[in-house]
Amino acid sequence: MTTSLASENRLKRIFRSANIPPVYYFLIFVFLFSGILDQFLADGQIFSNPLIMLNIIVRSVALGIVAVGQTLVLIGASIDLSVAFTISITAVMSSYIMQGKTENVPVAIAGVFLIGIVIGLINGLIITKLRVNPFIATLGTGLIIKGIINASFSNYTGSVPQAFEYFGYGKIGPIPVSIIILFLVVIIGWFILARTKFGAHLYGVGGNSEVARLSGVRTDRVLIGAHVLCSVTAVLSGMFLVSLMRSGAPWVGPNGFYDLNSIAVAVIGGTSLSGGKGDVWGTLAGVLIFGILSTAFNQLGVNPYLKTVFQGLIIVLAVASYTIRSKKEAA
Amino acid sequence: MTASTVSAQGSSTNFNRKFWGWIRRIPPVYPMFLLIFIILGFLNPRGYQTMNGIMTYLRPSSPLAVLAIGEMVVLALGGFDLSVGAMVTFVVLVSSKFLANDPANALPNILMLIGFGVLVGLINGLVVSFLKVPSFITTLGMMMVVRGAALYYVGGAPQGYLTDNFRAFGRNYIQNVPFFTRIPYAFVILIILATIAYFIFHRTNYGRQILAVGDNMRASQLSGVRVKLIRVMTFVFCSVFAVLGGIMIAGTGGVNVTIGEGMEMQAIAACVIGGVLLGGGKGNVINVVFGAFTLQAIVNLLNQLGLPKPYTDAVQGLIIIGVVAYAALSTMKKR
Amino acid sequence: MTEELKEVVEEKNNQLEPLLEARSITKRFPGVLALNGVSLKFMPGEVHAVVGENGAGKSTLMKIVAGAYIPDSGEILLQGQRVSFSHPREAQLKGVSIIYQEFNLLPERTVAQNIFLAREPGKFGALNVAELNKNAVSVLKEVEADQLISPTKMCHSLSVAEQQIVEIAKAISFDSKVLIMDEPTASLTLTEVKILTDLIRKLKARGMAVIFISHRLIEVFEIAEKISVLKDGELVGTVMTKDTTPQEVVHMMVGRDLDHYFPPLGKPEDFGDVVLRIRNGNNDFLKDINLELRKGEILCVAGLQGSGRTELAQSLFGVTPFKTGTLEVSGKIRNIKSPPDAIRLKMGFVTEDRKAEGLLPMQPIRDNILLTVRTLQPLFEFIFKDGIRSSRTLVPTLAKQVDLRADTFDREAQFLSGGNQQKVVLSKWLSTKANIFIFDEPTRGIDVEAKAGIHDMIRGLTKEGIAVLMISSELPEVLGMSDRILVMRDGRIAGELPAKSTEQDIMLMATGHTKDQDANNNASEGKE
Repeated sequence: MTTSLASENRLKRIFRSANIPPVYYFLIFVFLFSGILDQFLADGQIFSNPLIMLNIIVRSVALGIVAVGQTLVLIGASIDLSVAFTISITAVMSSYIMQGKTENVPVAIAGVFLIGIVIGLINGLIITKLRVNPFIATLGTGLIIKGIINASFSNYTGSVPQAFEYFGYGKIGPIPVSIIILFLVVIIGWFILARTKFGAHLYGVGGNSEVARLSGVRTDRVLIGAHVLCSVTAVLSGMFLVSLMRSGAPWVGPNGFYDLNSIAVAVIGGTSLSGGKGDVWGTLAGVLIFGILSTAFNQLGVNPYLKTVFQGLIIVLAVASYTIRSKKEAA
Repeated sequence: MTASTVSAQGSSTNFNRKFWGWIRRIPPVYPMFLLIFIILGFLNPRGYQTMNGIMTYLRPSSPLAVLAIGEMVVLALGGFDLSVGAMVTFVVLVSSKFLANDPANALPNILMLIGFGVLVGLINGLVVSFLKVPSFITTLGMMMVVRGAALYYVGGAPQGYLTDNFRAFGRNYIQNVPFFTRIPYAFVILIILATIAYFIFHRTNYGRQILAVGDNMRASQLSGVRVKLIRVMTFVFCSVFAVLGGIMIAGTGGVNVTIGEGMEMQAIAACVIGGVLLGGGKGNVINVVFGAFTLQAIVNLLNQLGLPKPYTDAVQGLIIIGVVAYAALSTMKKR
Repeated sequence: MTEELKEVVEEKNNQLEPLLEARSITKRFPGVLALNGVSLKFMPGEVHAVVGENGAGKSTLMKIVAGAYIPDSGEILLQGQRVSFSHPREAQLKGVSIIYQEFNLLPERTVAQNIFLAREPGKFGALNVAELNKNAVSVLKEVEADQLISPTKMCHSLSVAEQQIVEIAKAISFDSKVLIMDEPTASLTLTEVKILTDLIRKLKARGMAVIFISHRLIEVFEIAEKISVLKDGELVGTVMTKDTTPQEVVHMMVGRDLDHYFPPLGKPEDFGDVVLRIRNGNNDFLKDINLELRKGEILCVAGLQGSGRTELAQSLFGVTPFKTGTLEVSGKIRNIKSPPDAIRLKMGFVTEDRKAEGLLPMQPIRDNILLTVRTLQPLFEFIFKDGIRSSRTLVPTLAKQVDLRADTFDREAQFLSGGNQQKVVLSKWLSTKANIFIFDEPTRGIDVEAKAGIHDMIRGLTKEGIAVLMISSELPEVLGMSDRILVMRDGRIAGELPAKSTEQDIMLMATGHTKDQDANNNASEGKE
């Protein structure tokens, strides 16, 4: 009985297209639109070039990894605006500790992960124990991290040994290592959300923390856990970036707008800002959309500053496409 | 709690009670400001105990106060404006090119900038009101747009220098003033703008409705407040003040691409010190001005003590978290 | 059943231990005694309804039993053992489950995920999805809904009735022996009520004690075997359904001595022209609304919770406007699409939840009082701190009118007593010189002395020609204050009653036990 009901539902779901989140439609649309533009403006050169397609995904890796973490936090009805600075401090510290020497790599990795966990803990504790609004709490910690970085480093510091560059440049067969890592992170993120009790509790906390609490979920612990996981993904992104750039600089995080972008791709992917809803696959689709747009802009020679302008517009409009349906007034 | 009528007691105990009641009601920003300023005075008598020094201190404090006043009205409404810093960047960078080193362009430049401020504020307000995007996200996006637009216009680097007449607002002093020795133009502008802001915020129907919306949006709606209109006007107010503050900052800061970065957080910190609640419903122009003064004093104090500038960012972050946590925990206790 | 068998069963019943027993429960909230020494027994395999007016104490009692509140005195016994729950979770684990009117389900999660939140199967922190769904199916089987509801369905796509079944399944999954339901039939269609009734019978057969709170006597009489009536926090009595009638139960619910003083009702010569009239008003919540309101009269709207009274007020005031129908104010046809429209037409609305919808807690009293009148003035006109441009004495004058006493009008509104807060809200509307007032539960949560003051004040308004529409759940208040009574039920006007009616008349019409009158006829005849 269970199986027939379940498979019947699965079939129904495939046919009832209303159940497919809008983001996948966006993705297809953006893909086709860029393809058309490509035909007209570049004689179809761009999209037929596998290198460029690969490039799209590689560009997306840094954002993709941290967006998975942000997705977790958003599902818990919280938010993390300190990720950009966590990325920066990771890039700088790991490069600094490594100093170009391969034997320092394990220490460096351990070090930055520790930093990430501490940042996540602090964020989570301020929000749950001090009852500070998550926007303010993570903005505040971000500022503190920014201060610490800028006080100690002002430019590229240290360097990354050849061995570590494998992360950013290595390949296994034809596939770049970075893409494999991104995929791994997404799978792990999916597993946490869909196949662990923690994930189930996180959805509860974000959906209705009172109901979750009454049911016995330890809401504080769950939220702190989500923030730690998010900071850890930020660390991972930072390590990827520094391996690409071969040396860490303090402006890496803010320049890439990883805070706003990670939120935007999650929201575009169907994660609700008010919590309780979302998944990593939608976020991944959102990341790909941004990647395609970014590559399209670059290849078409769009001024990088104009690119920022468009990005800002797209982000707000994308979020608006979800919020416009709500009946409540926003603040 | 029942409101009680003041009972007739002995006049001396009455006076005592009234006096201490008044003392307890002094907003914390003033004693904080006094304390820090006095410490500064000890550490650097020439800088903070002489009129000359105080006026020098007031020159950078004033634009910060202007930014803070603009941010305050949005905070009092219950929202956030994170595009304020980008507006300052825009002012500085765009002016470097628009002025084209010709003083005659100063006035058109200023008018254009104010027009831009109005436009940005309008968009912010309309997006929050009609597209229902939270102001946090809207203004973060606007920050990207404004900063990107500014950098695009100047091609990534400042295009010239700012003419002297344009820089006058932020840089120059009125010289040879009796007793005060000299007064920064910036301070005079602050006084004017603060007076206007005080009038608008505390003495017009519009100002009181801002607080109403921030305090209880639903009750305001049911009581006849046109919430969307009030919101749009308030974001315009903030963006215009950001532009005006930016013009003052253009006078003293060097022209570089990073100017203005982080100023929205400074403005918020100044407001928070000045007693503004981050959920809306409370605000006072004068307290916020002194909040900005206090913040500047803290920054100067840290410099005096030898702490490098980047640490001031960290301190700001701590201040914001600290004050907000304190406010959150004390309201918890009240309940 | 033969007589002998009946006797045997009855004897057996009398020997049975109560599954759940409440002994002398007393509970106080600030300003009100919610429960006063209430004792009730709930037997296994029995459906027991607890009825009473709004505010009689039913919800409070159930919340205490379910562990959401702690009683001030008295004890709860579960299967003879004394228990004390400090958290609803404890009660749940011991087998007492409560289903609230607003369900505690997460809409964006599946049925299975909701049922087993915080109890998911799996080892080492992992979640075994297959087992989760399997367990959900077996639980759904116990309520015979496994064919109807799939464990992987999202809760937001379930109908209200299906969600309710999920909540019941959840309770069963805790091995509940006692199931409490708060207004279970409120949002169900007739067929769904039948399904629920069948389900409850099955639960009964398992030996569970089913307790439910309801206003709808039709269903109470269909489903419950026993009915307990609470009134003003006390137990009036417990009767077997088969031994009583709805009329009798209603009598138990409301019969009381009217020793409360009310100002005298209006006389025919006090009532003037029709100042507000709605014909065939319809929207998502209301159907076929026809009413008239005259100058100088108080028209009370009575009805059960959920009958649409607040929606009526909100529609008249433009919060949730009417979609069809004609609205006339002082004889002219008007369109009220938002509160400012209504305010401009000289209407005022004192809402039910003054804290959430009427007051600005952080603002001083004076700014609360002046809020509305300031929205009618130019935005950038200079105002005084204590008034508007044209008047500095507005606040003290209005305060005097409502007898609001405060040592200073600078005090933040959140620190006032409930009665004073209500006066602040009232004076806010007086400032606009409104001549149509809508009051929604004006004296809720206010102590006895302040209530009288507000009643006098409202009657005083009518003496100045103001028309008053007042919603109230307190029947003595309705009878004491109204010149005419409108009774609502299910989003419609069930009928109109004259001032000299009785509480029974109102209750019977509100619960649907009298023929609905043709409200149209009564309105146009202008009964006095």
